[in-house]
Amino acid sequence: MSTGPIFRLETTVNGRAVALDVEPQDLLLDVLRGRLGLTGSKRSCDVQVCGACTVLLDGLPVSACSVLAYEARGRAVLTIEGLAEGERLHPVQTAFLAESAFQCGYCTPGMILAVKALLDDSPDASPAEIKEYLRGNICRCTGYVSILHAVATAQRTLKEGSER
Amino acid sequence: MLRAAHGDSAVLYAGGTELLLAMKEGLGSFEHLIDVKTIVGLDGLTLDAGGALGIGATVTHRQLERSRLIREGFPLLAEMARQVANARVRAVGTLGGNLCFGEPHSDPPTALLAHDATVTLHRAADHRRLSLADFVVGPYEPTLAGDEILTSIDVPPLPARAFGAYLKFGMHERPTVAVAAMLVVDERATHVAEARVAVGCVGPVATRLPALESQLSGVAIAALQNGFAAAGSAGTSLDAVSDLHGSAAYKRHLASVFVKRALAAAATRARTAA
Repeated sequence: MSTGPIFRLETTVNGRAVALDVEPQDLLLDVLRGRLGLTGSKRSCDVQVCGACTVLLDGLPVSACSVLAYEARGRAVLTIEGLAEGERLHPVQTAFLAESAFQCGYCTPGMILAVKALLDDSPDASPAEIKEYLRGNICRCTGYVSILHAVATAQRTLKEGSER
Repeated sequence: MLRAAHGDSAVLYAGGTELLLAMKEGLGSFEHLIDVKTIVGLDGLTLDAGGALGIGATVTHRQLERSRLIREGFPLLAEMARQVANARVRAVGTLGGNLCFGEPHSDPPTALLAHDATVTLHRAADHRRLSLADFVVGPYEPTLAGDEILTSIDVPPLPARAFGAYLKFGMHERPTVAVAAMLVVDERATHVAEARVAVGCVGPVATRLPALESQLSGVAIAALQNGFAAAGSAGTSLDAVSDLHGSAAYKRHLASVFVKRALAAAATRARTAA
């Protein structure tokens, strides 16, 4: 039940223009999951530590659990649901499958989006830089070794693609 | 004016990386958030003709981390910024918001203290400038009147031949100890001309170590690279606080260790550049 003022949020989610009425205090994660049915982004720690809620806002990773939906106005939100092009998976997704870089899968959507943001920014990131960057995404199945293998694989694929 | 109209029911809001967490935890409740990011001109970096740096209050940690101006001209700030929390916090969190929140376990104040940074506060047409030490006076306690807003963080020009290092350590998301060391060296990079050492996170506010700084003047760079003995007791006089991160004694010990390491790292950078 609504108690506060309402504003019209106009944004783009996974390439699609979206307009809906939200309350000023609504968090982006709740709008994505509850209003738009995009349940790939997970709520876990709720304090910007674990990364399970990672989505990209204009290409930058943010914690959807701790960002107001208000911040998405006029900007582009990318969730895990919007990463593949139809049936064609993004190279980071393919690499996670190829390297079995997940166990329970709860961290995976956030992990994949963080890796995409990193490789978009720094295609030549060193193994040390990759580890440092992914400090903010926690996998409690402790699948980090295969996750790092997947990042290396994705990095190769993306570089080959860009050199073609 | 918005703030004046709403009084204590309103709070200034920038990245929200601290404020929203506090509100979700029930530690603060506000009817109105006033988004300072909509104020034009607060999100830029400027360098004046004399080499002084102006950092707009809503500049994000990511901007600091990636800006060529910062990486080349103020590398100690870039080194600090890329270690703040995680990529998501750095993309959203602002330097001004960080300072106004005043979280003791935080990176920026320590590095800014080593730069002798000041802050500019605006109120309608008036403004005033405060040293960082006079602005962040206690945990969660900025010197900010109800109708004032932090507009910029101002960093004086770096002296020639200044080499810094920023080190932090912690077992939690936030740092347990943070050390920023800046050495200004002589022309041959053999001796220290001036030293600045700041320690943060161990006590209520980050602080400089003036006694150690004066001891360091004239010391051989090679001696620092090998571990400056006097730094071994650098932490003993600190106003350390026991908390979730450890006891006060543990933090004083950590501070001493990391001061020594930061001095060694800065000394090595000075030698390498010479």
